[in-house]
This record gives sequence, C-alpha cells and structure tokens, in this order.
Amino acid sequence: MNKNVKHSGAWTVFFALLSIAYVFPIILVFINSFKKKAYISRKPFAIPKDKMFVGLDNYVKGIERTEYFEAFGWSLFITVFSVIAIILCTSMCAWYINRVINKTTKTIYYLCLFSMIVPFQMVMFTLSKIANMMKLNTPWGLIIIYLGYGAGLSVFMFSGFVKSIPIEIEEAAMIDGCTPIQTFFKVVFPVMKPTCVTVAILQTMWIWNDYLLPYLVLDIKKYKTIPIAIQYLRGGYGSIDMGAMMGVLVLSIIPIIIFYMFCQKYIIEGVVAGAVKG
Amino acid sequence: MNNKAMKKYFPVFVLPTLLAFTIGFIVPFCMGVYLSFCKFTTVTDAKFVGFSNYAKIFTEDGTFVHALWYTAAFTVVSVILINVIAFAVAMLLTKNIRGRNAFRTVFFMPNLIGGIILGYVWQLLLNGILMQFDRTLTYSSKYGFWGLVILMCWQQIGYMMIIYIAGIQNIPGDLIEAAQIDGANKRQLLKDVIIPMVMPSITICTFLTLTNSFKLFDQNLALTNGEPSNMSEMLALNIYNTFYGRTGWEGVGQAKAVIFFILVGVIAIVQNRLTRSKEVQQ
Repeated sequence: MNKNVKHSGAWTVFFALLSIAYVFPIILVFINSFKKKAYISRKPFAIPKDKMFVGLDNYVKGIERTEYFEAFGWSLFITVFSVIAIILCTSMCAWYINRVINKTTKTIYYLCLFSMIVPFQMVMFTLSKIANMMKLNTPWGLIIIYLGYGAGLSVFMFSGFVKSIPIEIEEAAMIDGCTPIQTFFKVVFPVMKPTCVTVAILQTMWIWNDYLLPYLVLDIKKYKTIPIAIQYLRGGYGSIDMGAMMGVLVLSIIPIIIFYMFCQKYIIEGVVAGAVKG
Repeated sequence: MNNKAMKKYFPVFVLPTLLAFTIGFIVPFCMGVYLSFCKFTTVTDAKFVGFSNYAKIFTEDGTFVHALWYTAAFTVVSVILINVIAFAVAMLLTKNIRGRNAFRTVFFMPNLIGGIILGYVWQLLLNGILMQFDRTLTYSSKYGFWGLVILMCWQQIGYMMIIYIAGIQNIPGDLIEAAQIDGANKRQLLKDVIIPMVMPSITICTFLTLTNSFKLFDQNLALTNGEPSNMSEMLALNIYNTFYGRTGWEGVGQAKAVIFFILVGVIAIVQNRLTRSKEVQQ
C-alpha cells in the first residue's frame, strides 16, 4: 500500500513535467507575440526585453492586417447558426426516416452513411462552383452548405439515438391528439438532449476550425473566417510578418481556451459519446 | 406509428436536410465523378475524354505517386505512435494518480485548436530548434515528415486518450480481480483481459487516426506547404495544388480526387473488418 502511494507521487511529477512540455509550444507563441518581428525567427527562445520588447505592437498590427474582429464575428456567426441549423434539421430528419420506413427514407439513411467516408477533396471543386452559381458564397449560404455537408454524421448519430427511444411514448402523444410536429418538439426532442450536445460539440469543433471549405466557398474579398485570415497573413513568397502572425495566433487561441475551461465537462463527454456511436 | 398521418409531414421533417444534402453533397459528388472523365476549366465547359485524366496521373505527373507513398508512410507512423502512446497514457491516467484530471484536461486541449493555427505554432517551435543545427523545416522533406508526425501526435493523443480512458473504465472490476485471483501477471492481464476488452475503443481510435492522417490537409499546408518543391506534399494538398495551381489540369485533379476517395473508402472498410473481428462479447 505504502509503495503504491510513493509510486503515484513519482507519476504525478512525471505528468506535471509532461504537461508543461505539452503547453510549451503555445507559451512560446505567447512569449514571441511581444517580440520585435526581426527577432522572432532569429531568437525564438529569447525572453523579449529591452530592444526586443515591443509591447502590444504585434497585436495592433495583426488585428489591422487581418481585420481580426470582423473575422472573429463571421466565424462566430457561421459556427453558431450552422450548428443550430444542423441540430434542428438533422434531428427532425433522423426521427422521420426512422419512424416512416420506406425506400426513400432508407436511401437517405444509406446516402448519409456513405457521405461520411467521402473526403472533402472529392467534392471541393464542384461544391465551390455550385455554391458560386447558386449565390451561396455568403456566410448565410455557407450555413446551408454546412448543413448539407455535415448532415451525414449528424443524421447517423441522431438515428442511433432515435432507435433507442421507446415508440410507445410517441404513440401515446399521438393518441392524445398531438400532430407529428407537436410530438417531435414536446416529446422526442427533449429526450434527445444528450445527443444534441454531442453533435453540437463535434460540429462546433469542425466548423470553427475549418479552413478549406469556407475558403473555397466564401467570397473571401468580403468575408473571412479566422483560419482564412491567418492563412491570408502568410501572403506570397514567404513574406510573413512574424510579429503580426504571433499576435493573431494568440488572439485565436485564447477564446478557444476560455471556451474549453467553461465547457470542458460537456466537450469531453461529447467526444466519448460521439466516438462510441461513430 | 400512423404512417398515413406522418407521410404528409415529409416536407417539414426531411426536405430541409435533403435539399441541403443534395446541394452540399449529392450533386457535387456525382458531378465530381463525371468530371473526372472530362477536360474542363469550369463546370460548364466539360468535354468527355474517357480515362485520359487517370492515365495522366501516372504518366505525365509524378507528384501523385510520391505524395501517395509519403502519405502512406506518414499514416502508418502516426497511427502507431498516436495509439500506442495514447493507450499507455490512458492506462496510467486511470490509475490513482494525483492530479490526473488536470493532466487529462491539458492533454486534450490541442484538439480544439484548428490545423492552420497549430501548423504555425509548430513552425515557430520546430524552426527554432532546427536553427541550432543550421536547418529549417523546409530543408528536406524528412524534416517536414517528422515535424508533421510530432504535430499530429501532439494534437491527437489527447483525443484518443479520452476514448481509451472511457473504454478502460468500462471494464468490470470483478473481471480484473478474477484474473488476478487466477494468478495472471501484469503482462497477461494486459494482453488477455484489458486489450480484448477495450477492442471497441481500439477500433474507433485506429479508424479516426487512420482517416485523419490520411486526409490531413490544414497542418500540411501551414507547416511546410509541401516544400521543398512538393516533396513534403501529402495527397490532399497534392490534389488541391493540381486543381488550383495548374490551369488545364482540373480534370486530372478530379481524377486524383476519385482515386483518393476510393483509397479512403477501402482503408475504412478493411480496417473496420479487421479490428471488429477481434472484438469480444462481454
């Protein structure tokens, strides 16, 4: 017993050191965000002081170059409304195709399964052209694209849950005079809440960080999301302003860490639940 | 369920998703397959050319085959490393170690940060280290390769660890006790009890790491952008560059995408069969 306690103490120290090493890359970016840009590539491990120190200059430049707050706003807008649309529409769809079983609904289900293994490169060119032709190259249009492209996984996950709901409670509601719409929103949707959280988390992680789809679909002269803004900083022929880059990287990581601290429990539970069904 | 009453509601429940799914997936996919047999610059000027796009991939353009091997090597290395390390960490962090929840939190964190951001974060660190040896990440494709492996391990270990932890915690305690009473040593316990019992988690984690690594794009773009001269280019980036880097090669890019899709599909199915067959009933 005594030996066991000693043992775990050594492991605590080991993991504490490993954790520090784990966050080191991010701390390094943070340190460099206060450094004059000429020194960032040459002396990345030096502490910024004296002539190396530039205060918040990198942040100011980074925000100006990338129009950071605008990009943040669009990222937030696209993520929030896409996730809401996905949860609402795909949960309704999944319930229906599992309750009314015929050729059409079966086909939809299998197409959804199929879409999950198709890599984005397969559809990227045609999707961006179609979005362009249908004038879906705005943040509002992008929400429809995300609903369509994200439907596979969500319908699959909601279907898994719908199959476990006892059909009797729905039938009881119907006999009491509920229309299917009332039955869905008053009886089915409330019990789906855990799956909604899982789907919301998986889709948020994907959409917030997605680079290629919005880059190809959006009219990027007018609208940029955060990943697009960062990639845009790189510019042509390796002429990166490392200072501005560090500032924007820090500004992009901080909201994620804050979000993670508040929703940690849900995120980790969502990932586990999502993995078990996927 | 009263089917007749429900049928009327098809437009309300299914149509929004179905329409978006048609625009976002079905139509682009079908057009994509068709266009891989065409020569085109935009969607409207397609001219049927048969299999010549596919032939071009292997005759005129050598980059695809190189990218394929590079991706395959990267996938094998990263899948093994990520799963072995994540499993080991999960085994340790299900033991009674003080602060284990805090450690889990830290290890999971990189997953939430996007590939583009991570690519630039690691570019700074790895270039800083390599500078001590007068090298950069783009000096040779080897550096890009290992840089990408390190980045992916750092990002994905936490995610897989969480799934393995859930799997390990699901093993009934009396099963392990029974094995211990029967005189199983630590190695036997791991090999004959724990690993078979967490096989479902192993299936999921190998599937996720396989497809994530094989389809990797953002990190590849941000970290090295395929340099030096496309040598550190993975399949997804190679397809992207064929589409948007060379005019007149859009058809070839689409043909590459079809091959890529078939590869991903085959890998997913084979992997699923292999590991599922090893799962045991509880």
